Parts: sequence; C-alpha cells; structure tokens
Amino acid sequence: MMMDDLKLTALPEKEVPISHHRFEPYVDNGGTVLAVAGSNYCIVAGDTRMSDGGYGIQTRHYTKVFKLTDKCVIATSGMQADTIALRKRLDTQLRQYERDHGKSMSTPAIAQFLSNTLYHKRFFPFYTFNLVAGVDEDGIGCVWTYDAVGSHERVRFSSQGSGNQLIQPLLDNQVGKFNQQIVDGPRELSAEQALSLVKDAITSAGERDIYTGDFADIVTIDQKGVHFEKFDLKLD
Amino acid sequence: MSSEHFKYPVFGQVDYFKYNNVASQLASHTPSPSHSQELGAKKRTVDPIVTGTSVIAIKYNGGVVMGADTLLSYGSLARFNNIERMKKFGKSTIIGAGGEYSDFQNLSQVLDDLVVDDGCTDDGTTLSTTEIWNYIARVMYNRRNKGDPYWNSLVVIGHDNNKSFLGKVDLVGTCYQDNFIASGYGSHIALPLLRKAYKEDMTLDEAKTLIQDCLRVLFYRDARSSRFIQLSIANADGLVITEQIALDTDKWDSGDSAKKKKNQDGRKKKNNYRNDSTQVILEYGHNVV
Repeated sequence: MMMDDLKLTALPEKEVPISHHRFEPYVDNGGTVLAVAGSNYCIVAGDTRMSDGGYGIQTRHYTKVFKLTDKCVIATSGMQADTIALRKRLDTQLRQYERDHGKSMSTPAIAQFLSNTLYHKRFFPFYTFNLVAGVDEDGIGCVWTYDAVGSHERVRFSSQGSGNQLIQPLLDNQVGKFNQQIVDGPRELSAEQALSLVKDAITSAGERDIYTGDFADIVTIDQKGVHFEKFDLKLD
Repeated sequence: MSSEHFKYPVFGQVDYFKYNNVASQLASHTPSPSHSQELGAKKRTVDPIVTGTSVIAIKYNGGVVMGADTLLSYGSLARFNNIERMKKFGKSTIIGAGGEYSDFQNLSQVLDDLVVDDGCTDDGTTLSTTEIWNYIARVMYNRRNKGDPYWNSLVVIGHDNNKSFLGKVDLVGTCYQDNFIASGYGSHIALPLLRKAYKEDMTLDEAKTLIQDCLRVLFYRDARSSRFIQLSIANADGLVITEQIALDTDKWDSGDSAKKKKNQDGRKKKNNYRNDSTQVILEYGHNVV
C-alpha cells in the first residue's frame, strides 16, 4: 500500500500523445531593404543574401529589388517563395494595365494596388515586408512602407526586413532629422548625400545582422528611369 | 488526358490546410466513425517516409555536373541501395531529387506529361531548362499553398543554347540559381567545401573530382548516405547520367593511422617504438626505458 503511493519519477501519470509534426508553410529568408526619397529622386537599397531560415546561406546573389515600371520598384524581404509569387502577380497585372491603358501605372496607384493584393490574402498572408519606391507623376520621390497584410503609409524614408531595427533609427536621425532644432544647411539630403547614407546604412546593418550581407543592390530612381548598381558587403 | 495533372484549383478557392478535415482530426485523438470515414486514407505528405539525401551540383567551363548517391532510406534503415535519384526531362534537363522519393516519382509523371504535351504541339520548340525549373517552382509553391507539399528539394541542371543552367527548388517553393548548389545535408557539409574549392572555368574532370570529394566527405558524416553514387553531366554534347560509381573511401592513410598501416603487427611495432630511445627522449625529454 505504501509502495503504491511512493513516486520515484516525475513522469506524467497519463501517456500524452506526441503532438504531430505539422508542415510549416512559412520560411523567413531574411534580408534588409531600405529607401530614401528626395524632391526629385529616390534611392533604394537591398542586400542580396538569402538565408535558409537558420544560420545557413542558400545563395549570396538573390536580388530583393524588382523593377515594376520605369518610375517604380518594389523591394521585398521576408519569405522568398512568397516574394516571387507576389512579384509575378504584380508584374502580370501591371503589364495588363499597360496594354489596356497605353501607359504604365503611376507609382501611387501601384502603392494602393500592392496593399489590395496583400490584403486579398489576409487569412493566408504573403510573408513579405515591402517597400514601394519611385517617383510620382510630378517626378517627386516617394516611398510606401507596408506590413504583411497591406497596412501602408507614404513616408519620406523607411526600411524593412531583418535589419529594420538597426536602420530605421539611423534614418530617423540622419534623414528625418527628428527633434533637431539646429540643422546645418538644408534639411533635405541631396541625391549624393542620400546615396552615401544608404550605402553606410546597409553596411552597418551587415555588421550586426547575420541575415544581411554579401552584396547590395543600390537603385536610383528619377525622371530618367531606374538605375541599378552593385555594392559589396561583408561575406561572413 | 495527360494535362489533367497540371490543373490546380482556382487560387482563393482552396481549403489550404484541409481545415474541414484536419480541424476535426485535431479536435479529438480518437475520431468518431463519421470522422474517420471523412478522413479516409492519409492523402498528404505529412512527413517523408522513403527518403534520399543530398544532391550537389556545380557549373564548369562547358556545362554542369551533378552528383548524388543511390541510397533510399526508410528512417534509419538503408532500404533501397541502387535507386537513381537523377532523371532526364526533355532534351536538355536533368533533375536530382532529395526527400520523399514517391513525391519525386509523382512529380516526374507530371513533368513527363508536360514534356510530351509540349512535343505534341509540334511547333519546333522544346522546353528549356529554365522553363522546366520555373514550372517546378510554381508546382511546388502551389502544393505548399494547399498544405500538401511535394516533400523534396530538387536540383535542376541543364545546358541549352550554349548556356549552362543550375537551379534549385524546395518544398515551400523557394527557388534560385547559383554557380554551385547543395541540398539536404550537403547544404551543411558540402556547401562550405564548394565555396572554398569552387573556381570559375573549371574543367569537366576538375568538376567531377570536386563533386566526388564532396560526396565522399558527406559519406563520412551523413549517416543516411552511401558510398555508391552517380554523376550527371549536362553540356553541349547532351545529357549523361553515369553508371553507379563506388567511391574509394580508403583515404584514411594520413597522420598516425598511416604509421599503423605500414606496420600491421601491433606488438612488433609497439616494441620498435619503445626501443627507439631517440623517439622516447623526444617525447618525454628523458629516457624512460
């Protein structure tokens, strides 16, 4: 009788069925994108590392910035497979629009269209974190920033992705010049200053964020069109 | 008709995760008879059963080489020892598969039908490797959207119009191209080796040797791999999948193990060693004999 009451182990009394391993449809491939808009330019940067969801790097050459029109790009971090699907949707629809209307969709219209596209998958979302950047009909630089389900906001600068926490405060300070009464020179950065800052920002993210690195695509958008250039980041 | 295979339900009308079935399954561990009737046999790859391990591939100066072993495992059991995990599709594409083998066989049927249908259009064009890779990526992504994935990672190689192609697709639809690719355990063990050893403009022989070296190292550490491998080559001459090759794994003759090998008689060697006063002095700083 006494022996029955004696417990020797902390094992559960009832056998608990092992919860079955379920298929995980989402992978975070990481990556950082950022954009800065001026009155007549927009500069976008995105690294080209694609992680495997953990410590591994699948490829060092996956470009996160995608040209939609001559005045607009989309920069996407998050899950690569969803990114590709999202791009394909946008691209086919934009080409359809171009044939129907004889002109490409304006950047603000694309921004709203992306929001609708993301929200349509509200209950099985694209795991993507987007920036839409470019110049509007008047040639003024513009950036839209999104969450995965389509909430969006027009801003002057923004970052998204795994290095977001490292880059956003830098941009707030250096581009937004928040809470600074005294500023030397004009408050708005020149295109050259913005380009230099964007390169420094993504390099800095690469210092600490393991999902950011290898190379960066630096994209300049103005009235003349979209210009891509490559930029080296740390490979480790 | 064969094109039945690639008709997928309209996007947005899919019960992505079979909630109607699975929700009731999860609600109780002992489903009622009506539930089990509704569930029927398991229809999704919930986890892989018979699996292949790594596939690795690299581009060289005139084409692409891919390698994989010929083992299929059933959990930890080495179940089938001589199965080709690489298969030709059309005139310019070879796909190497890791993961659930039955899923690969099913996907192979889909792709073979695609190739046949394309041939039947008789318009003088054939599917390029890029097109096949893109198609697979869409199929894999669609299946993951339905919560019913093909549980594979697929390495696609090819050579058409004098251009080499090397790409990969996995079970969630992640797809990319690169100069060297390794899947499965290979992404942990072979990929770092490839990053170090890869150079542009390798010859075919160099590339073959590199692949074999990687597969050998994988055999040393991946418990689900085998010593029997095959190589696939895609270049201007067409496609080749080699016969089975037995890797020479007797590469242990370096360092201390080499000394032992030269003198098989353990006792005699031990005596020699102990009597070699110079050696002992070198090791201990004084003569202990």
